[in-house]
Amino acid sequence: MKADRPAIRRGLGDPALVGGAFLLALSGIAMIWSAGQVDVPSGVTGAWGRQLTWLGISLTAFAVVVRIPLRWMEWATPWIYGLSVVLLLAVLVIGSGPNTRSWLRLAGFSFQPAELAKLATILLLARWLGGRKEPETRLFGLWKPVLGVFVPFLLVMAQPDLGSAMIFVVILFSALYWAGCPLFTIFMLASPAISLLLGFSAPIWGVWFVVVIVALYVRRPFVAEGISVAIANLAAGALAAPLWHRLAPYQQRRLLVFLDPDVDPQGAGWHLIQSKVAIGSGGLFGQGFGQGPQKRLAFLPEQHTDFIFSVVGEELGLLGVLAFLVLLGWFLRRVLRVAADSPPGFGSLLVFCFFSVWFAHLVINIGMTVGLMPVTGLPLPFLSYGGSFLLTTFVGLALVCRVASEI
Amino acid sequence: MTEREATRLSRARRARGAAAGVVVVILILAAAFFRLQVLGVGDFRLQSTNNRLRPIPIPAARGAVTDRHGQLLAESIPGYSISLLPSPEDSARATLERLAPYLGLDDAAVGSLLERRRRQPQLPLRVRDDLSFEQVAAVEERRPQFRAVVIETHPRRRYPGGAAVAHVIGYVSEISQSELDREQFADYSPGRVIGKQGVERTYERVLTGTDGQRHVEVNALGSIVREFPSELAQPAVQGDDLVLTLDLDLQQFTDSIFPPGYRGGVVALDPRTGEVLLLYSHPTFDPNLFVGGISGADWARLRDDPAQPLLNRAAAALYPPGSTWKLVLATLAMREGTAEIGSYMPTSCRGALQFGRRPFRCWRPEGHGALDLSSAIKESCNVFFYQLGLRFGLDAFLAGADALGFNSPTGLDLPGEVSGRYPPDREWYDRRFGRFGWTESVVLNLSIGQGETEQTLLRMVQFYSALATGNPPVVPHLLQSEVLDQVREDWRLDLPEPRRLELVDALTRVVNELGGTAYWHRPRDWTMAGKTGTAQNPHGDPHSWFIGFAPVDNPRIVIAAVVENGHPDNETSRAVPLASQIVSRHLGREGVPVDLPTPPVGPSEIRAPDPRAGAPMPALAPSADRRR
Repeated sequence: MKADRPAIRRGLGDPALVGGAFLLALSGIAMIWSAGQVDVPSGVTGAWGRQLTWLGISLTAFAVVVRIPLRWMEWATPWIYGLSVVLLLAVLVIGSGPNTRSWLRLAGFSFQPAELAKLATILLLARWLGGRKEPETRLFGLWKPVLGVFVPFLLVMAQPDLGSAMIFVVILFSALYWAGCPLFTIFMLASPAISLLLGFSAPIWGVWFVVVIVALYVRRPFVAEGISVAIANLAAGALAAPLWHRLAPYQQRRLLVFLDPDVDPQGAGWHLIQSKVAIGSGGLFGQGFGQGPQKRLAFLPEQHTDFIFSVVGEELGLLGVLAFLVLLGWFLRRVLRVAADSPPGFGSLLVFCFFSVWFAHLVINIGMTVGLMPVTGLPLPFLSYGGSFLLTTFVGLALVCRVASEI
Repeated sequence: MTEREATRLSRARRARGAAAGVVVVILILAAAFFRLQVLGVGDFRLQSTNNRLRPIPIPAARGAVTDRHGQLLAESIPGYSISLLPSPEDSARATLERLAPYLGLDDAAVGSLLERRRRQPQLPLRVRDDLSFEQVAAVEERRPQFRAVVIETHPRRRYPGGAAVAHVIGYVSEISQSELDREQFADYSPGRVIGKQGVERTYERVLTGTDGQRHVEVNALGSIVREFPSELAQPAVQGDDLVLTLDLDLQQFTDSIFPPGYRGGVVALDPRTGEVLLLYSHPTFDPNLFVGGISGADWARLRDDPAQPLLNRAAAALYPPGSTWKLVLATLAMREGTAEIGSYMPTSCRGALQFGRRPFRCWRPEGHGALDLSSAIKESCNVFFYQLGLRFGLDAFLAGADALGFNSPTGLDLPGEVSGRYPPDREWYDRRFGRFGWTESVVLNLSIGQGETEQTLLRMVQFYSALATGNPPVVPHLLQSEVLDQVREDWRLDLPEPRRLELVDALTRVVNELGGTAYWHRPRDWTMAGKTGTAQNPHGDPHSWFIGFAPVDNPRIVIAAVVENGHPDNETSRAVPLASQIVSRHLGREGVPVDLPTPPVGPSEIRAPDPRAGAPMPALAPSADRRR
């Protein structure tokens, strides 16, 4: 079967996917160049060159990783995972960063261990869940994957980096979903987390709790599971308020301004307001590549990283936005197809997890620029400036292509 | 179907679910972008514009003010100003502190500027607007330090007439918070220059122009990136010019001859129109001091000066009119037939009149003897007028003078004119002193312009202009305007023309006959009529009054002058020579034909020594008589 496929498919798995990713990364560098075209002296001006260097490094890494057989990868998984946990612990001690301790400096390079941890957690879950013949249906049977995610999740929360921590949750649930876990089991697992979110408002949480109880009554899981879920929901609802106060003030503000940006227009709401103004003033055709006044005059913050898509909106207009959305959507659809076409197991789970993580990044990042999502600082794959994120994205892409080539 | 196939099948469904999720999310995002970029584009474009464009007002120059001959009284010249673009408090404070050494700002000035910034944080903050070119250049050289600073040329007020016209022209200064709070100035913004006093205030709306606006593009840090050429920009429109009825030369002449060390005021009208030719108050001040903000030291000096240089003694000060008031009584009495010009009073003057238990004195202790009304005016005999007042009756006197407007302001177009004070009826006395706290003797004091009557120069000069011309009384005004020239007061003298001429004749005798109280300082070339006054007051020597008009046959000028404490003894009146010189100056400049023959003995020899010397003068005719 492999023999009659062209060499390029054997080597790259899915050449169109690689081409699409390369195109996205190049457009990203173009947007980063534009983001540096400002009337205020700024370090962003040279960022595109550094990103280009990182693209070279990423492509090299891609070329290496895409040649590694999946079996080797599966074997190395626990080691990679162990290394990432050690690095996460290290970053808590010797890390650096503006609000959070998320950057680690090693031999002149600085990178975010959380990026490696995402990769490692995906590998670990794919190994554990993919190794099973039958999907786990019982709640308590999920303790291993839950624990495997919980450790890096907690360590990343401790930095604290809420956005990246959310990605670990996404990894857990997408892996369970793709492994074939019954949706009700996933629901039972997720319900305490939802209780935690809804716990701010007693009436809403009350409604949710009734829904959980009714669902438990109808679906009748094991008694111990049912009781545990009910207790966990109660506990989460009660813990919501104390946990809220444990959040750093900047995180609280970010969540609050998501609900109403005008509570802090000069502070946390500033990002969102300026982003919306930039995007909205772009109109249908945009202000022209490199010409966006909001960006030029430094009203748009983080214009080369978290808010790169606002620059797209301001300068390329709705047409440019739609072009990027279509390209990104096509890319995700293509990744999803690899997951669906490959045999169940380690490889397929791996691909689906990458699909979910990139999808989550896309939703949260682009949703944030238009105010549909809170401002969390998650980068947009391929477009946002950031070396270690680009590198891990291409390493992930290499794994996806390796899976595609082994179909 | 094997179990493995079943898993695969359900995996296909899961894949479809995930794919549907991607499509739905991308559609939602696309819809969100559509909402912002297509439906909201107008609002957001505007917001983007507001974000980066800062309006900078272009201050309009105020209109010029000239006198009746086109001499400049107020003009706008270019000055330099420095403003701060809207910026956060911290950076504004830092910039101001860096600017301070170049602009001479002290800590208090920085503090008050920051206070103003807090009130209007979105507007540029005017730091100083009276800067020299050197100061501006020093800032411009250090431009990189002062990115948020705007340097503008800025119209600046200048008063070439200086102190001589200060009380008329007033001055401009930055609008105060209390003015901003007034509805009248709702369209004014902080930092705007506004007329504070004088004509600058009265005609603020005429003189002030319409500020223009330009825009600069700024970045998020508030630094100017570039000038923004915009269709929103508006040029400033200069305010309208004003022509006043005033004569700058006459003002300056008056300023130069006013008795040094004395206080007082002079008003002169054209009795035909009510045009104010002269309105002068002494001591005066330099209005240029106020432009661009008066310094604390200058302000303290003006405010604390006991001579009150800021007080407009011509329109905002009340004086007992003294003997000049006798003509009011004479007019009323002749109108009602109580007296004729040749009437004598029962008691001739022996230096005082006994009324009740106390004597009411005449100014001349040895008495005037028997006088008719005309001579009583000429020699200003108090005893005659005491009796005339008694005969005329208190009620008629109160009602009659009240009807002549002595209880109201004239309506001159200057801020701060005060109303004359005069009791309108007996109830006024009852309220003032109690029902039994006063007696009929008040009429005696009123008859000689003492007691309960207090008038402004302006009100008195208006009455005399009606007397001089026989026309309905004019309304004094500073704005040259044919409409205002036609405005007349409601009240009338209602004096038959022959009676009026008899009074004018008596007033002519005051000045032109030996023994008249103003004889020794009469003008050389023109017949002037008038009346002196000696106003007793609690502040020292009596005030010296003179009100007169000339030429008698066709009056072109009516003048009233008061020199406070300018009548130290019967020999000396400081008001008469002052008024005479001003009248001569005016008539000479206007080319009014001389109507007096040049006497064989030069009047300059008759005339007193230079009144500016301030020495006691051989002034009043009676004392001259006595010397003789």
